[in-house]
Amino acid sequence: MTASVLSVRDLRVWYGTERGPVRAVDGVSFDLRPGETLGLVGESGCGKSTLGRGVLGLLPRGAKLDGEVGYQGRNLVTATPREVQLLRGPDLGLIFQEPLTRLNPLLRVSEHFEETLRTHEPGLSKEQIQHRGIEVLRAMGIPPTRYRAYPHEFSGGMRQRIMIALALVLRPSFVVADEPTTALDVLVEAQIISILGDLRRNFDTALLFITHNLGIVAEACDRVAVMYAGRIVEQGPVTEVFARPQHPYTRELLRSTISLATTGLHYIPGAPPDLVEPPSGCRFHPRCPSAMRVCPERFPEPVVVGPQTVECWLHGPDGLIPADGRDPLVREEITVADEA
Amino acid sequence: MPTKPEPSTAVESDARPTLMDIRDLRVHYELRGSALARLLGGGGATVKAVDGVNLALRRGEVLGLVGESGSGKTTLGRALLGLVPATAGHITYGGQDLAELNQRQLRPMRRRLQMVFQDPHAALNPSMDISTAVAHPLRIHGLVGSRAEGRARAAEAIERVGLVPAEQFLDKLPVELSGGQKQRAVIARAIICGPELLVADEPISMLDMSVRAKILELMLELRADLDLTYVYITHDLATAKFFCDRVAIMYMGRIVEIGPTDEIFADPKHPYTQALLRAVPDPDPERQVPRDLPRGEIADAAAPPHGCSFHPRCPYAFEPCGWEARDLRAMFERRWTELGEEVWERESALVGELDEIEGYQEQVRLKVGDRAPELVSLLDEARAHDPDEPLWRGVESIDSDDGTVTVRFRAGVDPALGPAGNIDVACHLHNPELRPK
Repeated sequence: MTASVLSVRDLRVWYGTERGPVRAVDGVSFDLRPGETLGLVGESGCGKSTLGRGVLGLLPRGAKLDGEVGYQGRNLVTATPREVQLLRGPDLGLIFQEPLTRLNPLLRVSEHFEETLRTHEPGLSKEQIQHRGIEVLRAMGIPPTRYRAYPHEFSGGMRQRIMIALALVLRPSFVVADEPTTALDVLVEAQIISILGDLRRNFDTALLFITHNLGIVAEACDRVAVMYAGRIVEQGPVTEVFARPQHPYTRELLRSTISLATTGLHYIPGAPPDLVEPPSGCRFHPRCPSAMRVCPERFPEPVVVGPQTVECWLHGPDGLIPADGRDPLVREEITVADEA
Repeated sequence: MPTKPEPSTAVESDARPTLMDIRDLRVHYELRGSALARLLGGGGATVKAVDGVNLALRRGEVLGLVGESGSGKTTLGRALLGLVPATAGHITYGGQDLAELNQRQLRPMRRRLQMVFQDPHAALNPSMDISTAVAHPLRIHGLVGSRAEGRARAAEAIERVGLVPAEQFLDKLPVELSGGQKQRAVIARAIICGPELLVADEPISMLDMSVRAKILELMLELRADLDLTYVYITHDLATAKFFCDRVAIMYMGRIVEIGPTDEIFADPKHPYTQALLRAVPDPDPERQVPRDLPRGEIADAAAPPHGCSFHPRCPYAFEPCGWEARDLRAMFERRWTELGEEVWERESALVGELDEIEGYQEQVRLKVGDRAPELVSLLDEARAHDPDEPLWRGVESIDSDDGTVTVRFRAGVDPALGPAGNIDVACHLHNPELRPK
């Protein structure tokens, strides 16, 4: 097994608010190997975007980052802003959600590449820059004839390809893609996913793919981490997690997803919790159909179940569950008034 | 767990009375050209957002309008309610032609024709509490005498959409509600006047996965209880499959395929529908299939492709699909993308600027002087390199004469909707007179 490109341990990101700290990411651990794509999936407000930004040190003021992001023997959490700044671009890349607003409308595509490459690789000649730019655009399916066009001359899907090309022209070993296809149509989305699939084969780039769409995870990712209320509640190989989900939240989320095979409607009652005062114990327990008496009392430990890691008392460890802890949890019914 | 309502058979649904009849509906937008072009009286292009749609909406059905952004599905949905003026055509509803009415005459009709918007966060006035917002249509239409009566009716509607107890919600501001609750309030506002037809424009696309099913379920309940007819506008084929009795697939302002949902999803006829279905990501890893996706993206609406709008992307396009000069440019761009910078630099010097090729031109004349034989052999080589490229089926001749190379294309035919079983499809592949033998 190859060494990890990125190794995240017990990462926490808290935002200060008037009501107290929002625990957007609260103790998250995962590893990414070279060329691997990890899908980070969850509903809005679960902390997935914050986690993606936190790993790259791109958090707004007022956010507190704690824990460990191991990259090439360094901990990016304790590194100086200048050190992380130097890594961003050539080592750590980011692909944004909205390609429409991330390109400078006054600059030609060629000038975007010139700016990026001059900043990070100052020795390059103009011809070398053009060559690098055209080559990476070609890999994204953009013809060389369009190299000197302006962003407005491209469609949304083409602009997203340009964004990906701009992130990859520096050949980073780790890229965060934050909902890169959410604003796009289904055909364009499928085109971009297949391009991203080619990339991991050809560039050996490790990708953290943030999305709310389980179908895309199944399509584009090797492993998946399911986030709920700031925690990764289950992670493992995509095929295993989707075929045999071990955490009730993963299971319910999969059942709620409307796909072409859907014949009946299903949903999770209630709403994701307020992260200023999250529920005690397991954060999913108020909505969990399998909740037990131990669930609100103690925080679940990560348990290895087959190829997956799960945070759920259903999987033990038995030694930590009190005598009557496995009895079903008695609680009030959830009404629409509490729904999301 | 609610399951999908029994699909009505074609015979039954045909027997349903028509609620609204749409004939040759067109909604065109004039684009302003440059100031100079306007002075000279020319310039502005026309975007044909809806371009000749025929549709009979049956009472009690859920009709899906499915398409990508720019397909005209939202414009069509709005035109049905008179929210955008029709450029031409007829919308017959209740013995009147909505396309002929002015805004004043339309207003009373809107009691019966309502809309649910995509973004519940934007569809509610942030400074208006829920009871006022939900009762607002009653006030506008003068259906209530007093504020108290409006509030009581609002409470009724709010409970009807599942926000129970209503007292808990009546005085709240939109910001205090979650996305799903807001969408329920928007639906309450839409049903409070007792409509017959609801046009729901992507009503669940802004909501989280775990909430979407709840809103769809509510809409199904309301349809049964209030005898509603829905036009469901979406880009999401999975919810359309579950929710709709019939679907109309739209591409560049036209319906390219329409028919019973089950049949279209089981056996799509149009290459575009086939491509859309293949592109839907499926969460079941066992069901992953290799994809061959159509190339490119939806074309510029101000200059739609000649003939069939989908032909530049269609893998099955053949002679009559509407080949034109722009397709040759696209072929060179794909070739250079594939073969790289050197080939591009070499060949583009020979081919010259292709940028002027705009609009429909049935032939391309390339003035290359004494390099004409070189260009002809380049075209031959390009054809030999990718003989399956549909473009070559549309090229009638390549002639070289006096330093000019002329590429002529076969005449294109506009595809019209025609029957293929229970489905109507606009594709030459299903036209017995045109399809390849």
